[in-house]
Amino acid sequence: MKQTEFLNIVLPFKDKLFRMAKRLLVSTEEAEDATQEILIKLWSKKNKIESYNNVEAFAMTMTKNFCLDRLKSKQASNLKLVHSNYTDSSTSLQSELEAKDSINWVERIMAELPEQQKMVLQLRDVEQYEYEEIEELLDMKPTAIRVALSRARKTVRKKLMEKHNYGIA
Amino acid sequence: MELHNIEKLIEKYFEATTTVADEEMLKAYFSEDDIAPHLEQYAPLFNYLSKAKEERFTKQVPLKPRRDYLKWVSVAAIAIFMVGVYFYQPTPPPVTLADEYTQEEIESAKEAFALLAMNFNKGTEQLYHLEEFEKTTNKFLTKNN
Repeated sequence: MKQTEFLNIVLPFKDKLFRMAKRLLVSTEEAEDATQEILIKLWSKKNKIESYNNVEAFAMTMTKNFCLDRLKSKQASNLKLVHSNYTDSSTSLQSELEAKDSINWVERIMAELPEQQKMVLQLRDVEQYEYEEIEELLDMKPTAIRVALSRARKTVRKKLMEKHNYGIA
Repeated sequence: MELHNIEKLIEKYFEATTTVADEEMLKAYFSEDDIAPHLEQYAPLFNYLSKAKEERFTKQVPLKPRRDYLKWVSVAAIAIFMVGVYFYQPTPPPVTLADEYTQEEIESAKEAFALLAMNFNKGTEQLYHLEEFEKTTNKFLTKNN
């Protein structure tokens, strides 16, 4: 397989992989590295790629697993610091300024969700996958997906309401 | 867009019973400016979800058809090693004379060597004259000193 052929297969979904990685790893740099890693892995399997019936789903699952491993491993210990920065939103001027942008609230609220809910929300509400695809990707039962999704959406709503009502300014 | 319809969809949305098309509709509704005041609180959520899909992966990925030279070098090294092991023959243990020759042959060889030694001794006897010669030269040299 030539490089251009490979790129034609990969290009339509490489942004999705990146967004998924960023949702899980929070930091843009980490997500870029993860995406690069996944694409290189795919490239090294380029001869087998034609035998996969759904390359996108395969790549998405790889990304998911890679990021979860990453979060588990000690290499990700730095990420926890990044993470905790988000909870402490009222102290610094910087974060207050950021918080004024209410769209960014949602991103921060989503960063606080458990990983599974993050993934379901990302796949459904951002990438607009159908439930069947999410079942396959996350290896979850349909009811579990609906429960996780509903919980995630409600948590986001609740936290958003809190911010909205108390106000930051 | 009917407001009532939107309210229903929002309710369904939080119960996770909306379809992708329904969610598209919600996103479209909240992307517009005339949002009902009591629904405005949801606007950041749906606007964020629409916006999040626009993020792009811009990093260049180096996709070189890299050959695993090291792998093939190690394979070749092992192959050579195996060939070496296969063809390696340890040097045979030293053979004794008795294994190679019959008693008669050994005897005749011994005789031949004895003959050679005898003649050799004859030759060395002649060297006695040389010794005598050296004595006289030494005498001559000491006198000179």
